[in-house]
Amino acid sequence: MTEILPPAFILLAAALLIIMTRGHLRSAIVLLTPLATLWAIWQIPDGVTVTMNFIGYRIEPVEGSALRRLFATIFSIMTLVGGLYSFRQASRYELAAAFAYAGGAVGTAFAGDLVTLFVFWEVMAIFSTIIVWCGGTANARRAGTRYAIMHVLGGVIFMVGIAGVAVQTGSIDVQAMRATDFATWMILVGVLVNVAAPPVSAWLADAYPEATSTGAVFLSAFTTKAAVLALILLFPGEPILIGVGLYMVFYGIIYALLENDARRILAYSIVNQVGFMVCAVGIGTQLALNGAAAHAFAHIIYKALLFMSAGVVLYRTGKRKCTDLGGLFRTMPLTCVCGIIGALSISSFPLTSGFTTKALISEAALTEGLAAVYFLLAAASAGVFLHAGIKFPWFVFFQKDSGLRPKDAPWNMAAAMLVFAVLCIAIGIFPQPLYRLLPFPVDYDAYSPGKVLFYLQLLLFSGLAFFLLLPAMKRTLTVTLDVDWLWRVCFSRLANDVLVSVAGARAAVERRVRLQLDMMHVWASRLWGAQGIFAQSWPTGTTAIWIAVLLSAYVLIYYI
Amino acid sequence: MSSSPNNDHWLVRPRTIRWLWIIFSIVLALTVLAQIVIKVKGYFGVDGWFGFGAAFGFLVCVVLILIAKVLGRFLKRDEHFYDD
Repeated sequence: MTEILPPAFILLAAALLIIMTRGHLRSAIVLLTPLATLWAIWQIPDGVTVTMNFIGYRIEPVEGSALRRLFATIFSIMTLVGGLYSFRQASRYELAAAFAYAGGAVGTAFAGDLVTLFVFWEVMAIFSTIIVWCGGTANARRAGTRYAIMHVLGGVIFMVGIAGVAVQTGSIDVQAMRATDFATWMILVGVLVNVAAPPVSAWLADAYPEATSTGAVFLSAFTTKAAVLALILLFPGEPILIGVGLYMVFYGIIYALLENDARRILAYSIVNQVGFMVCAVGIGTQLALNGAAAHAFAHIIYKALLFMSAGVVLYRTGKRKCTDLGGLFRTMPLTCVCGIIGALSISSFPLTSGFTTKALISEAALTEGLAAVYFLLAAASAGVFLHAGIKFPWFVFFQKDSGLRPKDAPWNMAAAMLVFAVLCIAIGIFPQPLYRLLPFPVDYDAYSPGKVLFYLQLLLFSGLAFFLLLPAMKRTLTVTLDVDWLWRVCFSRLANDVLVSVAGARAAVERRVRLQLDMMHVWASRLWGAQGIFAQSWPTGTTAIWIAVLLSAYVLIYYI
Repeated sequence: MSSSPNNDHWLVRPRTIRWLWIIFSIVLALTVLAQIVIKVKGYFGVDGWFGFGAAFGFLVCVVLILIAKVLGRFLKRDEHFYDD
């Protein structure tokens, strides 16, 4: 069956069923269909299994490879654990949207041609927008609309690129290319919109934190990582990606440092972590691509874990600002410990998943002799510990006593967090099973004593800097301006100005037209009005004279 | 903070915090001193220097916080800035 049906369809069908069912049946669908998807994914052999013809182009809905199976695997594990986290709390619309969104992600993972890729790309855009809207607040509605516009624009650019490549090369195969002409540049830009590359990085931190406590968990996982996979497949070794990735890494750190909203801190750190992967794709060696893939795998787990932990806090307290939170470790020990495990993993602390996967990227920079990239990545690792590793757990769970004494996580949320926390540590201690799933063979030992010591120094002294500079890190009730100011304020002001001046011009034209009409009215009423010439009754004598005048004129003309 | 420090959670008592700082400092010192025994390979020269990771990590964080502070001066707005 899997030879005809892409595994994505299992999740898309599940989304439909979730809408139609309720109670235990729906819970069963939420928890079992991701397992079925997982099974289907591992039935897919390497290479293209089925092809179709579409206006002369070859459509390959399912193409298998180690890399594609790896991404599809983590997408469905994410769907399973995310489903466990949210099936008792999320609305069925949100759950259904999340499953359709996951279906889109699995679909992109196996897309063998650009058209299939585009279709699933748009499925992701639509259903992720619905998840943002499920946030239910006025802010969520507005942020969701901005998010949708951004992704529609990205999709259009992507489509233009695909059409260009199809016309130029006659092939729509998903294959490695270089951004050398207009069409390939458009494809690259379309994909980069989805990895939250500059200058549009702001969409991520704008939209994701507005979703519900459960919705944000799904949002954190799919769009950006599916785009990372697309980059690995389409643009391995594209040099510009190194710069783009490094920018994203530091953008994420700086903005997260300035942020007060706990979930927005996590959103900025998605940009930061995806930056590591984009940079690795730019380096483009086998080791680097392994690193990007492995880091995406680990990242989905620890980032979802962080969003789950922040989600429980939001679910129990209704608060998400650091200034409102603090001291929650007293009554939420499990959420706190899971949050800390996620935070240590994102900081790539030894014995956590981030350490064993990010090390591959650093190693790739080393072997290529890219000293600047290597040191910048090391600096960024220190910065990650600063902005996410310590800042998130410190301000949410410790800091001060906010007086809040919320209950710990509901059982299903707790179970989901435990599964991911255990995975974070398992991949940290035993990275080999993950390494074996990577696209290229790995011969690498993350735990050489020298490396461990170097990173321990780096991270622990970052921690020292955090606590010494804590007064400078005092949270303020602020938002931070970003490029999105352009369209949230500047463009809307411009549009407003245009509207005002258009309205002014229209009023002027209207005035002039009315004046003309008035004059015509006066003139017409003089002729045809009640007192007008043509309305008057003329005396018979006048008529007789006029007839005499006309007749004599006629006689005269006749003789001439 | 609760009125009587002894009734508060043991983790936030000043005594505990003092101890935490002492333990943390010892751990920090140990990670640097361990370099006497464990060789950190210097791929680009400087990264093999004694205590390089520690100094680099600390300085990078100070610089990042300073950059954030300066940028924040220009970029921070009231949290209702975007509200209608």
